[in-house]
Amino acid sequence: MRIAARLRALVVPMAACIAAVLASSMILLAAGADPLHALGTLVAGALGDRFALADTLIKTCPLLLTGLAVAIAFRSGVWNIGAEGQLLMGALAATAAASLVGALPAALVVPLTLAAGVAAGACWAAIAAVLKVRRNVSEVIATIMLNFVAARLVGFAVHGPLMESAARYPQSDPLPAAARLPATTDGLHMGILLALLLVPAAWFVLYRSQLGFRWRATGDNPEATRIAGLAPDHAMLAAMLVSGGLAGLAGAVEVTGLTGRLFEQFSGGQGYTAIAVALLARLHPVGVAASALFFGALAAGSGAMQRSAGVPAVFVAIVQATVILALLVADSPWLARARIKTSPAARSAEAA
Amino acid sequence: MTVDAVFVLVASALALGTPLLFAALGELVSERAGVLNIGVEGVMLTGAFAGFLGCWTTGSPVVGMAAAGAAAMLLGLVLAIWVVGFDADQVVAGAALNILALGVTGVAYRAVFGVTGAALTVPTFQPLAIGGDMPWLAPFRQPLPVYAALALVPLVWVVLARTRLGLALRAVGEAPDAAASLGIRVGAMRVGAILVAALLAGIGGGCLSLAYSNTFVEGMSAGRGFIALAIVVFGRWRPLGILAGALLFGAASAGQFQLQAAGVAVSYHLLLMLPYVLTLAVLAFASGTATAPAALGRRRAE
Repeated sequence: MRIAARLRALVVPMAACIAAVLASSMILLAAGADPLHALGTLVAGALGDRFALADTLIKTCPLLLTGLAVAIAFRSGVWNIGAEGQLLMGALAATAAASLVGALPAALVVPLTLAAGVAAGACWAAIAAVLKVRRNVSEVIATIMLNFVAARLVGFAVHGPLMESAARYPQSDPLPAAARLPATTDGLHMGILLALLLVPAAWFVLYRSQLGFRWRATGDNPEATRIAGLAPDHAMLAAMLVSGGLAGLAGAVEVTGLTGRLFEQFSGGQGYTAIAVALLARLHPVGVAASALFFGALAAGSGAMQRSAGVPAVFVAIVQATVILALLVADSPWLARARIKTSPAARSAEAA
Repeated sequence: MTVDAVFVLVASALALGTPLLFAALGELVSERAGVLNIGVEGVMLTGAFAGFLGCWTTGSPVVGMAAAGAAAMLLGLVLAIWVVGFDADQVVAGAALNILALGVTGVAYRAVFGVTGAALTVPTFQPLAIGGDMPWLAPFRQPLPVYAALALVPLVWVVLARTRLGLALRAVGEAPDAAASLGIRVGAMRVGAILVAALLAGIGGGCLSLAYSNTFVEGMSAGRGFIALAIVVFGRWRPLGILAGALLFGAASAGQFQLQAAGVAVSYHLLLMLPYVLTLAVLAFASGTATAPAALGRRRAE
């Protein structure tokens, strides 16, 4: 029985991916593109050679971190749709911090810069969390509004206080070299290792710690958790802080590892993609690693597809949406009922 | 500020509040039936694109608006199938709807119009002047959709509060199981409510490309669908409250433009933040005592 459940946990997301790719191909066909050619260039752009693979891993990194962020929040019953804003605030704070601490001993600069990103992301999430717990404000709407505010704040910063000293483009000065993460010549930076290390850490906290137990209990049934005296409000607050911190770290890693400076439109919507990443992973940290890789490959491949097959990269959004819709079908109680009816236990019960 | 400027502010608050009013009234109908549609944003975006496409093809903003409504209802149908048919989680399904709309409008725009740098423009709804051209009549020189949105407010109120249909709809949103036991078809009511909501949000989106501006830009709904969700909370699930909310947000956007035009030395980016910060502030003070429909956002299986 356990094996069957585990197998199902693997098969369902894969089936959802296949269904999503098929459905998205039909949309491509309707839009007058050749889906086979488009998907071919997509796969080549994601996995075709060393550079493609490096690009896939580079794109996986922020999705892995924000995916963990969303998974922890959703698992705790908090709909944090705000990873996008928390990522932006993390990047903003890291950029500001790097210029402040850049002159300190090198061993301190990167940790302090990343810590600033974590703190900013956590604070940004805390606004929504406090509004939810104290003022009963839907965290869905609050986090979305905070995403827009964060995007405007980044715009303000790169046109104002953080604008490059040459004052020509709306972007920050390059980060001091001491604040940059080590990277290979392909641009593959240390951030991906950091993100991978956080996968077992997130798993441990969620499934082997008291805090994680309270998170999962709150996510499953906040009322029962309240009655059991486990303070679901505090669990939600803590989950939002950790979630925001992870998303903030994603922003700090992007700016210190990849871009080296802050600019408008800094995030390509990774914070929203993170929702699909977390759901495809069934909110499990190990699954997040796999689904972040899938969406990272899609992101890397879609760029190539746009260049050589003329299909806009925003096509990836259709794949994301159809993955989520397919998973929702698999989770439908309507299907669950059908499954119970055909399970051996149900059949023997009927026979009895 | 002169008196004339006040009339101009009211006029532009009405104009800017209209897309929000349509979307929020639709969301009200859907939420009163117990369905939280986080996907309004995507539905508005789809309406804006389909409206633009329809008008670009036929040259008629009225046809464009019909296309906006039709495309939006198609997207609404997806939500209805998932939320009512599959009993899917409403937040997740709505979020998927937003992402889907972003992708589909983006791909369709390139497929139809190619990658041109120049912004394509379409004919729009022209202002209909009621009365003369006196300055105090400025609020009454608006395109047709503005009057239509205003007329919808009493209509929605009458249907919800004074008809059998409205009573059944509210019953479905408050106590679906009790409603079902009285012979009300909960699923059918919710599908209907979702479709009406999508139609109105689509028209609201159509206003963006056919009245408010004369072009389509990727992602042009720019969070208005989410603001509409907030307006429903602000308006305490009542049509008049929603009118007040839509006007307030319209005024906030209008004021932001006027401050910019007046050359007030505030960063443009900080002014752009205003509607979103206002939403948060309003929610912080309006949510505490608000009474949402009891079954809002719940799955039937729960």
